[in-house]
Amino acid sequence: MERQIRYQREADLEWAHNFTKHPNCERLLSCIQCGTCSGTCPLSVYMDLTPRQVIAMVREGFREDVLRSKTIWLCASCYACSVECPQNIKITDIMYRLKREAIQSNLYPKRFPIPVLAQEFCELVRRRGRNSEFWVVFRMALRSNPFVLLTMARTGWDLWRTGRLSLRMERIQRVNELQYISAASKEVD
Amino acid sequence: MEPSAKYLYYPGCSLKGTGIAYEESLLTTFCLLEMPIQELPDWNCCGATTYMSVSETSATLLAARNLALARRTGSRDLLAPCNACYLTLRKSQELVAHYPQIAQETERFLEQAGLPRLDSVRVRHPLEVLYNDVGLQRLRELTVRRLQGVRMASYYGCQAVRPYGEVDDPHNPTRMDEILKAVGVEVVDYSLKTKCCGGSHTGTIHDVGVRLNYILLKEAMRRGAQALVTICPLCQFNLDAYQAEIRKQTGEPIDMPILYLTQVVGWALGGEFRELGLHRAISGRKLVEQWFTAKKEAETYV
Amino acid sequence: MSEQKNGEVRIGVYVCHCGANIADTVDVKAVAEYAATLPGVVVARDYKYMCSDPGQELVQEDIRNLNVNRVVVAACSPSLHENTFRGAAERAGLNPFFVQMVNIREHDSWVHSDREAATEKAKDLVRAAVRRVYFHKPLEKRRVPIHSEVLVVGGGIAGIHAALTVANSGKKVYLVEREPTIGGHMAQYDKTFPTLDCAACILTPKMSAVKAHPNITLWTYSEVVSVDGSVGDYKVVVKRKPRYVREDLCVGCLQCIDTCVFKEPKFDDEFNMGLSKRKPIYIPFPQATPKVVVIDPEACIQLKTGKCKKSCLEACVERGAIDFDQKESYEEIHVGSIIIATGFQTFDPRRMPQYGYGKYPNVYTTLEVERLVNASGPTGGQVVTRDGRVPKSVGIILCVGSRDENTNRWCSRVCCMTSLKLAHLIKEHTGAEVFIFYIDMRAAGKGYEEFYQRVLNEGVHFVRGRVAEITDWALDPSEEGKLVARVEDTNTGFVRRIPLDMVVLAVGLEPQPDALNVQRLFGIGCSLDGFFLEKHPKLAPAPTYTDGIFIAGVCHGPKDIPDTVMQAGYAAAEAIALADTGYFELEPNTAYIVEEECSGCKSCIPLCPYQAITFNEGKQKAYINEVLCKGCGTCVAACPSGSIKQNLFEDEEIFSEIEGVLAYAQ
Repeated sequence: MERQIRYQREADLEWAHNFTKHPNCERLLSCIQCGTCSGTCPLSVYMDLTPRQVIAMVREGFREDVLRSKTIWLCASCYACSVECPQNIKITDIMYRLKREAIQSNLYPKRFPIPVLAQEFCELVRRRGRNSEFWVVFRMALRSNPFVLLTMARTGWDLWRTGRLSLRMERIQRVNELQYISAASKEVD
Repeated sequence: MEPSAKYLYYPGCSLKGTGIAYEESLLTTFCLLEMPIQELPDWNCCGATTYMSVSETSATLLAARNLALARRTGSRDLLAPCNACYLTLRKSQELVAHYPQIAQETERFLEQAGLPRLDSVRVRHPLEVLYNDVGLQRLRELTVRRLQGVRMASYYGCQAVRPYGEVDDPHNPTRMDEILKAVGVEVVDYSLKTKCCGGSHTGTIHDVGVRLNYILLKEAMRRGAQALVTICPLCQFNLDAYQAEIRKQTGEPIDMPILYLTQVVGWALGGEFRELGLHRAISGRKLVEQWFTAKKEAETYV
Repeated sequence: MSEQKNGEVRIGVYVCHCGANIADTVDVKAVAEYAATLPGVVVARDYKYMCSDPGQELVQEDIRNLNVNRVVVAACSPSLHENTFRGAAERAGLNPFFVQMVNIREHDSWVHSDREAATEKAKDLVRAAVRRVYFHKPLEKRRVPIHSEVLVVGGGIAGIHAALTVANSGKKVYLVEREPTIGGHMAQYDKTFPTLDCAACILTPKMSAVKAHPNITLWTYSEVVSVDGSVGDYKVVVKRKPRYVREDLCVGCLQCIDTCVFKEPKFDDEFNMGLSKRKPIYIPFPQATPKVVVIDPEACIQLKTGKCKKSCLEACVERGAIDFDQKESYEEIHVGSIIIATGFQTFDPRRMPQYGYGKYPNVYTTLEVERLVNASGPTGGQVVTRDGRVPKSVGIILCVGSRDENTNRWCSRVCCMTSLKLAHLIKEHTGAEVFIFYIDMRAAGKGYEEFYQRVLNEGVHFVRGRVAEITDWALDPSEEGKLVARVEDTNTGFVRRIPLDMVVLAVGLEPQPDALNVQRLFGIGCSLDGFFLEKHPKLAPAPTYTDGIFIAGVCHGPKDIPDTVMQAGYAAAEAIALADTGYFELEPNTAYIVEEECSGCKSCIPLCPYQAITFNEGKQKAYINEVLCKGCGTCVAACPSGSIKQNLFEDEEIFSEIEGVLAYAQ
């Protein structure tokens, strides 16, 4: 039987106080917990924490719960919550912020395909300036769950026969410009 | 520097791969409208939703590079057909405009990379370019053939209409419906027109993603739509590529063509089957071939 | 009395400790000692609480015994005690405007912590006041007489109650109402919370009392078109719109409605929120007061085209009350004070397309449902959907157009209770499963929480979550043909889809669409939310910044009926007090024009926010109405020829004060 009480010393209040200082996270404290975000979110029925709960938890400083959750990765960035929120809270942007922090602090669920895909994607783009749809999915599958490739075999075939599957590894010409991006983000993030 | 075309075209990674038909139909349609478009030279991936999940700075700078490149060619209008690319580019503009620190970082990067400063490049989407720059009246006039007795539903997806309601209204967009009607298509009312297709989830949490699309397809069928018309390559792919799997899982006979707006409009304006990428349809092939070949007697030549 | 003795100015300076508030930070003794050294100062004291009786006594004794004829009190803010010290001086025989207050609390001890610097600052401020007060002139508060008649604008429950209260005190009241009948929104309600009193039953006796009252002149179907003058002396022009029926002849038999050429009613019945139709000749509801029919000129064939059988005339051939030639008329009245009780409109839920109002037929507003449940409503009290079915599941969505950055930020205060009431009534009428979707349940009034308990115990479902959307998309066979509410039920933690036969939107309360015009007409202010602005939100919620004009009811801000009645009573009391006093005293800090110096450029006229400046074409000079002037100083500063001056803020007074403050730099 797991005991579920939360002691106040577990709450990271400094993190909570600083959260609203980030771009687009300013209105988080206005949340009246109405639940419209969760009600409109197409993915909320799959989430461990609903978007509303995530906002409540950020406010109260339960940092690890939020950063370890699958919820933030399930967000499809459809912006329905941000548009419907009666307090104009940019929930989608808050989710992005949490995703970034989850990666930086290494608290994200390691075998969950979505953060894995994100990192593979970014790796490709960082080095080559473009991504190759096929290779990103392939590498993601290898890292998280190779069986996915089997389920996608039919799709792969369909794409191939209609000329929509490009196996080329794309790259921009002036790749050197990309290094400045990497440098800038190392400094800031 | 004078641009060779009014619209610079930003393909984004999808339009060279799974969304190649969008590029083909876009170029064809704009050519038929006598609005030349030119591909942005050396464009880079916009980062879409994914890069923002990893690094805000990089995401903004990746988008900024494209905007700066557009500026360099002297063009004012950057056409981004993919909803995600459109939103990402617009978003970085908003971040730079509202957050001085981000503006500073962006300026520094552009300087280092030898790129021009960001300067009011307008990010455009084909839906609103067709609506605003071309206009319904001109589309009506230029229509040379109509699809008889074919009912379609518009699917706008998310990121073109949310959160910036500039391409169309976030709650009740109607521009695509109006354009389709203007080119002679019978449009069906569709409540789920802005419900998310799951984006990249079909590739990662596959079952969840596929279900979201099943819902969209089923409701479209229930409403009497024979095809869905989209404006985003990822939406098109999601709706198009998994119908066989859905048929197997649910037993429901879903085999619906998923068309790009530019394909339907292009065809109405006189474009040909292959040059509009219509041969690349995965689902509903028979119907696509039936509707879009010039040999049908039921056509009206206007 | 004690004026300048031989022209000598004798200044008394009093420095207050204010307990520890000032004395802890400012060395008040040092300030008083310093003040004693200033030219013109004959006495300087410090005391613990200057505003107390002994404190005031100090000042009064010095006026009497030391012939002090200028008083400087260094203490708290004048907004608290200026009148206290002016009054003390006056009672001792000194003109009250020879008193100048210095704020060494809010401006000094409360905002600084460095004792030495704060004390020096206090000395600077006192020195400035000493120099200023030298130039003060003896001013008189002008009194203007108050006409005892009162105008009440708006005939809802607020206006009705205010009118009756004033009329009962013996004063004459004009009650002007825009609609053909008084009663307002309250007449549309079925039952009222929390007692479930029938709204019409408690309202109609008051409506009759208004009609019957000898002191009330009731003008319905009328509007105020112009307001001139100021407190005590308002000249108001009221436009009486033509009903095309003579009020003095019509007895309300309603035969003309039966005989109207329209066999079937065809026009939206506004009283029933468009849920039923009426004819061009109609009476809003059976208990309309006055009980006189009215003809809608947009609908009546005779009025629009001139070609009608006019069978209505036949029905009224004996009394001849119908008069198609009736014209609008104007009445000019002279009143001392005005009570504005113009009410509200409800939020238009079409602004929230996600709830499907106007798209799906079975989405209603609370006001529409009030008419449905009402026995004299369009369905005779049957709760049925627009397609005639009795609903088995009904959802009530709260905060539609309230608590929302995208529509209205405020809480409309009454919707929670209204929803509880409607939930109870709907369940009673239909036996349906009723769901209330709420963010918070606000039940703060007397008997309200108990009513909430009652409804809880009737088995109404309370889902704590704001509905994200109402859709006709069925995900499950049980949802076919229904409207589905998708919502996160934060109580149970589930995201739910609830199929409903009928959806009721609890729409918020908004200012009337013409509130800004009304505001300008009467010269009052609006707050940020668009409702009329009160003088003080806590201590004066019925008076406005414009003397003699009071507000009551929801036009001031959303509130329920008991609070409306209370506020209407408050406004009425103020109006009665004003009339009974008979006069109104004006602050003399008004601007005045030195006629010889006025160049007639007219720059000042459009600048005055109170429209107090007029132009005398004959003399080509501007003239300021002292009674309207509030002393804001805009014209004084703007006048290019410097011919406008202000009492209590003369040039010498201001410059000497500035020099006094800056003297430390010399």
